[in-house]
Amino acid sequence: MKAPAQAISASPGPAAHSSGPAPVHWLLIAVAVLFSAVFLVLPLLNVFAQALAAGFGPYWKALADPDTLSAIRLTVLIAAISVPLNAVFGVAASWAIAKFEFRGKAILLSLMDLPFSISPVVAGLLFVLLFGVHGLLGRWLEAHHVQILFALPGMVLATIFVTFPYVARELIPIMRSQGRDQEEAALTLGASGWKTFWHVTLPSVRWGLFYGIVLCNARAMGEFGAVAVVSGHIAGQTDTLPLRVEKLYNEFDPVAPFAVATLLALLAVATMLLKTLLEWKTRHEE
Amino acid sequence: MTRSPAADAKPFNPLPGFSLTLGFTVIYLTVMVLVPIGALALKTLGLSWKELWELATNERALAAYRLSLGASLAAALINALFGSLLAWVLVRYPFPGRRLLDGLIDFPFALPTAVAGLTLANLFSDHGWLGQHLVPLGIHGAFSRLGVVIALTFVGLPFSVRTIQPEIETLDPALEEAAMCLGASPWRRFVAVTAPTLLPTVLTGFGLSFARALGEYGSIVFISGNLPFQTEIAPTLVVMRLDQFDYTGAISVALVLMIFSFALLLTLNTLQGWAAKFQER
Repeated sequence: MKAPAQAISASPGPAAHSSGPAPVHWLLIAVAVLFSAVFLVLPLLNVFAQALAAGFGPYWKALADPDTLSAIRLTVLIAAISVPLNAVFGVAASWAIAKFEFRGKAILLSLMDLPFSISPVVAGLLFVLLFGVHGLLGRWLEAHHVQILFALPGMVLATIFVTFPYVARELIPIMRSQGRDQEEAALTLGASGWKTFWHVTLPSVRWGLFYGIVLCNARAMGEFGAVAVVSGHIAGQTDTLPLRVEKLYNEFDPVAPFAVATLLALLAVATMLLKTLLEWKTRHEE
Repeated sequence: MTRSPAADAKPFNPLPGFSLTLGFTVIYLTVMVLVPIGALALKTLGLSWKELWELATNERALAAYRLSLGASLAAALINALFGSLLAWVLVRYPFPGRRLLDGLIDFPFALPTAVAGLTLANLFSDHGWLGQHLVPLGIHGAFSRLGVVIALTFVGLPFSVRTIQPEIETLDPALEEAAMCLGASPWRRFVAVTAPTLLPTVLTGFGLSFARALGEYGSIVFISGNLPFQTEIAPTLVVMRLDQFDYTGAISVALVLMIFSFALLLTLNTLQGWAAKFQER
């Protein structure tokens, strides 16, 4: 499956030409804008409106709650472990896939995309079947007092699984389109393999790499289904920000779930701004 | 027929690091993705097929598949329609705020699904901004099947728009101009020239948004109410059964979900192959 935001160059070109009479244009534009206003803008505004409905006092109180603070720490920690790992994988995989020809490449690409076609809930279930008490490794882990499920390691593994191909999918098309000429020139001039990678390949794909990392991070911090299944929901210990939102929502608290949700909504806004900036950068450098 | 060994040899590639990067890729993929999937396969083989089949096809599970498939289909249809409209407007018509609207399209993709469910449920509830006008009219957009469709439409929208948008950008204006020179009206130009060219891409966008909707869980937890037989989707049933330590039941529904998505993936690949051939002509 394709990530939608993958189309880094999918913004409108300047050559927008018209077809059809102007009133039809304006009708179509009006429908598109109205649909987006109701479906995209209202939900975003509503998060902040509900969070601040009782003023700043309850808002700050909800954010300063120790369980919320611990959820922030856990969310950042999980992303800080899983995103770099998937980024290193993305760079390695795109180097092998984009710069070399080998047998089985198509199969490798399909296998890398598997996590996109598996429901996050099923992804969580996979780890329960592997590490749970009745799982394949459950007995062994219990005997050696290793806690993976309902603890940080399980949540990191589930997050890595659902965000697995993000960076690789951004880098492969970019590296492929750049070919091997530049690297071959650097090697001919006597540069070592590492030096070539650091000074030739990496700078030319840096915006694409950064973009993939931004997308991967947004998904890692916002993941719900997979993490919900493996977390165990221990308040102050294994609740990430999205799980904390659910818990507060189930307690019928009118303000707190929205207060915590504003943090995730701000993450989404920052992600979109960075995407726009990176698109502008890549177009500028072309 | 004999071939010289030189013809079989690959072209010389001086770049280093092939075994290192490919080795790491294969090992990381195996540990992080293939081993967990293998765990499901191994576990499944150890279960009784009769029990699996019964749990996969009991009344509650069938009701969940019906809602999952029906609501995902409805959401994907809405997205095919409005996604095409949005993509068309964004590419073809210059208007103030177009760049902003273009950036907004990715919002459902960037927003954590839990937040999407939370805010949509609130918007459509009795006292929400939209619900206070819609509920008196009998339109219940929260804690209902309609709510499931609303949430699935929200999460699938960027998949549809971003698939169709590049295709409209690369649409050859010469075709439409030719039709215009031949005297075709704008409507006829659209129906006879533009729409057929875009059809395979719109179908791909439809499929991607359908696939995204089938697996969705985060937003649905908040907006659907999760009532068995009424507003429970298949992923929710997996979680419910896991919470009751009914592993066989959870696995059975998970397998059905995986069969659905792989069948869809296969269809999509065929469709994309067809689209590529179609557009070459």
